[in-house]
Amino acid sequence: MTAVSSRRQLNYIAAQAADARVNLEIETEGMTLNIGPQHPATHGTLRIVAKLDGEQVIAADPVMGYMHRGYEKLSEVRTYPQVTTLINRIDWLGSFANEVPFILAAEQLMEVEAPPRSQWIRTVLFEMSRIANIVLFLGDMAVQVGAVTPVFFAFRDREHILNQIEAATGGRFHPNFDRIGGLKDDLPKGWIVETKQVMKKMRSFCNEIEELVMGNEIFQARTRGIGVVPADIGLSYGLSGANIRGSGVDWDVRRDGTTGAGGLVHNELDWRVWTHPDGDSFSRFWVRLQEVRESTRMVDQLLDGLPSGPIMAKVPRIIKVPAGEAYVETENPLGVMGYYVVSKGGLAPFRVKIRSASFNNMSITPWLLTGVYVPDIITILGSLYFILGDIDR
Amino acid sequence: MSTTQVFAELAYWQQTGIRVGAALAAVLLVAGALVYMHLFKAVSFMQSRLGPMEAGPYGSLQLLAEVGKHIQKEDIFPAKADRFVFGAAPFVVLASTFLLVVVVPAGPDAWFIDHHNSDLGIYLGLAVSSVSVLGILMAGWGSSNKYSLLGGLRATGQLIAYELPLILAVVGVVIQAGTMNMADIVYAQANGEIFGLGIVGNPYILTQGVAFIIFLIAMQAELAQAPFDMPVAESELVTGYMTEYSGMRFLLFFIGEFATAGVFAAVASVLFLGGWYIPGIDPGADVMNLLGPLVMLVKIVGLTFLVFWTRFTMPRFREDQLQRLAWKFLIPIALANIVVTGILKVAF
Amino acid sequence: MALIPGLIKGLGVTGSTMMRTIFPGGVKKPIPSPVKGAETVQYPHEKEAPPTRARGVIALHEENCTACMLCARECPDWCIYIEGHKEKAPPRRAGGKPRQRNILDRFDIDYALCMFCGICVEVCPFEALFWSPEYEFSEPRIADLLHDMSRLSEWMETVPDFEDYEAGSQQKKLKVPPT
Repeated sequence: MTAVSSRRQLNYIAAQAADARVNLEIETEGMTLNIGPQHPATHGTLRIVAKLDGEQVIAADPVMGYMHRGYEKLSEVRTYPQVTTLINRIDWLGSFANEVPFILAAEQLMEVEAPPRSQWIRTVLFEMSRIANIVLFLGDMAVQVGAVTPVFFAFRDREHILNQIEAATGGRFHPNFDRIGGLKDDLPKGWIVETKQVMKKMRSFCNEIEELVMGNEIFQARTRGIGVVPADIGLSYGLSGANIRGSGVDWDVRRDGTTGAGGLVHNELDWRVWTHPDGDSFSRFWVRLQEVRESTRMVDQLLDGLPSGPIMAKVPRIIKVPAGEAYVETENPLGVMGYYVVSKGGLAPFRVKIRSASFNNMSITPWLLTGVYVPDIITILGSLYFILGDIDR
Repeated sequence: MSTTQVFAELAYWQQTGIRVGAALAAVLLVAGALVYMHLFKAVSFMQSRLGPMEAGPYGSLQLLAEVGKHIQKEDIFPAKADRFVFGAAPFVVLASTFLLVVVVPAGPDAWFIDHHNSDLGIYLGLAVSSVSVLGILMAGWGSSNKYSLLGGLRATGQLIAYELPLILAVVGVVIQAGTMNMADIVYAQANGEIFGLGIVGNPYILTQGVAFIIFLIAMQAELAQAPFDMPVAESELVTGYMTEYSGMRFLLFFIGEFATAGVFAAVASVLFLGGWYIPGIDPGADVMNLLGPLVMLVKIVGLTFLVFWTRFTMPRFREDQLQRLAWKFLIPIALANIVVTGILKVAF
Repeated sequence: MALIPGLIKGLGVTGSTMMRTIFPGGVKKPIPSPVKGAETVQYPHEKEAPPTRARGVIALHEENCTACMLCARECPDWCIYIEGHKEKAPPRRAGGKPRQRNILDRFDIDYALCMFCGICVEVCPFEALFWSPEYEFSEPRIADLLHDMSRLSEWMETVPDFEDYEAGSQQKKLKVPPT
């Protein structure tokens, strides 16, 4: 591995050796602590088997699959419109964003392009689901380090976003709004004005979180320097999204993506990718907070420049996707999410491989949790930010 | 006929009975009031919600409903628990609270131990307040649960570490008042002068401000409230030493938490805010026996509001960080405070 | 280190939120009324109106249904049960051939299975299914969540008119048939 990690590991080995000498004298033995599958910090049913020496972690092993729902397999026996209702439920906090890469892959196979208006509305909802998702992270991260109130603020202000998503799509959590060739429906009257007000509220929420959580010295003491992911290690473990941008890697599929740029219009907006050089838990929090702000500005721009026109391209009523394969990835709230769709020309996809962000983000935990203390496990898990549905699918 | 005379005519056992009843009321009613006002209402308002609204007007009977619920629940002992230790732990914690409340006077004659005849006062209080560590360690060990064990050990380390700044902060007050008698400390504050002005007396928050802040921080840690709630840490240790408790025993821990908050606030208000004294009324007057407890209640509510405001705003320290805070910052500052207080006491 | 420590600022945020909740009128009207100031809704006593498009419950316009089974086939978890039979209707003109008509015998939706995806409403070619934002239809028994034809038709009264579209839209506004 690299210099940073090997130095860290050498330090760790030295510490272990010192401990071992002590252990010979006073005969201590390790303890295995099961964090999860039912534990408040695991957002569901993730299980982490941590071997402890006192409160220090010697080895940590995530056990996944307690919530496996088999969406890849289920997708093989569902028609294309039916699949979107399933994949809504992968990352349930930003569910519209799950639909987009799949629909884009199907559109690529069918060689259909959605009309511009639907692309813009799609991008609006894509960014709004990002806000809805990350806002909850901002509150939840504070709960992981012990502050109770921010999560209530997060729930309070996320409600406005969800109301707007519901007013447009009909579903608060599972919009099922994206269609091959466009969208299900157009926006209702008055939606744009209301959404702009909501964006203002979200910005004030960000300011509140900045004062309440990020500026707090205790929060900084708990997160700075904890769970440092060097950029190369992060990349080699397949980290994506804010987790890798928090390590200083300037990579965002919204801007740099080659596949799937056709369905979203981020390239026509004025925005920037935020990165933070530190790579610790705090920098991941910081990057996400800036991303929410950036997203609210993006939504404002999108709503200002919304083109008029139809929202549905001409697609047959019964969707048959021609044989072929396509891989499309987008920058979802949790990181890069991709769908590899193989079609043999039938009503249902022949095979769908879902590359979900949380699964790859979790894979770094054994490396990252080695040598930290029990309270830091929670901080690191919180800052890596996974949704269990996104891990287990 | 004054209240003192009426009271003096009662037999000793009658007086004792009244005092025991008053102690129960002072602990439990205050704890209930704090739960309702702070945990149910003030915190809800901080989070833009209303809190319980259904049981009674504005949810005021919610606590009774909760008590009823907990009493009905099964009292579960884990299979491998040390049954006696596990069962006794909540009582030990609550006993420490009840022992602590006896040193607090709430009026010239509204006391639980006769402070005319003894100078124990704050000395006894600080001694018995450490008993709760035992109860928490018992709970953590007896549960035979890894989370509880970690929580119990963390709590022990933390409570012992913060006992010291707590005591050292009190020493400053004791030096300035020249007595350990709680009632005399109140009189010293009421009759004191600050720069020749005696209008408000001399509540020691003015001259012992540093000690007051240290006392508040140490009190927060002794109560294991955020930012010092590493022992209960619900997001990682799943409420630590309380994990395995259910029903009545959990309720005892719950009440103990708030009762201890109330009693510590009472001690703090006696030491730093002038106890039952309010400017303008002679603290030795008869009427203070009735008015005094109310004045104390107001001060307790104010101080505990600070405690719970902090608790629901701040994230928690890590175990090593809070130890560092205690040993490297609070204790040296408290020692310096004692030295300065001593020098000034001799100089003036 | 900032001028004001973050700890104090954080206390300020929660403190000001508390004051805003207790005194929604602000400094001008300092009357405590937390019921107005809180962002929450006391559910059984007051209710939030869901948006018009909210997918609450599916209503059936019985006359339009021809028992074509499209919805039942497209449903991702197959929670719609339809039975129908064909009947001879009297000819439109005198002397003509008798027409065939589809009569709906059974139309059940099992809301215990339903995922509320809305595919059935979308695929219906005869505009027989509509979304209603009504959401209070929970039942103590799971079997009672199976809504039959008459229950589904009752929901028709709660179906709101479709909303107008935002400027620049080329969608045609649909109409809800009168019940």
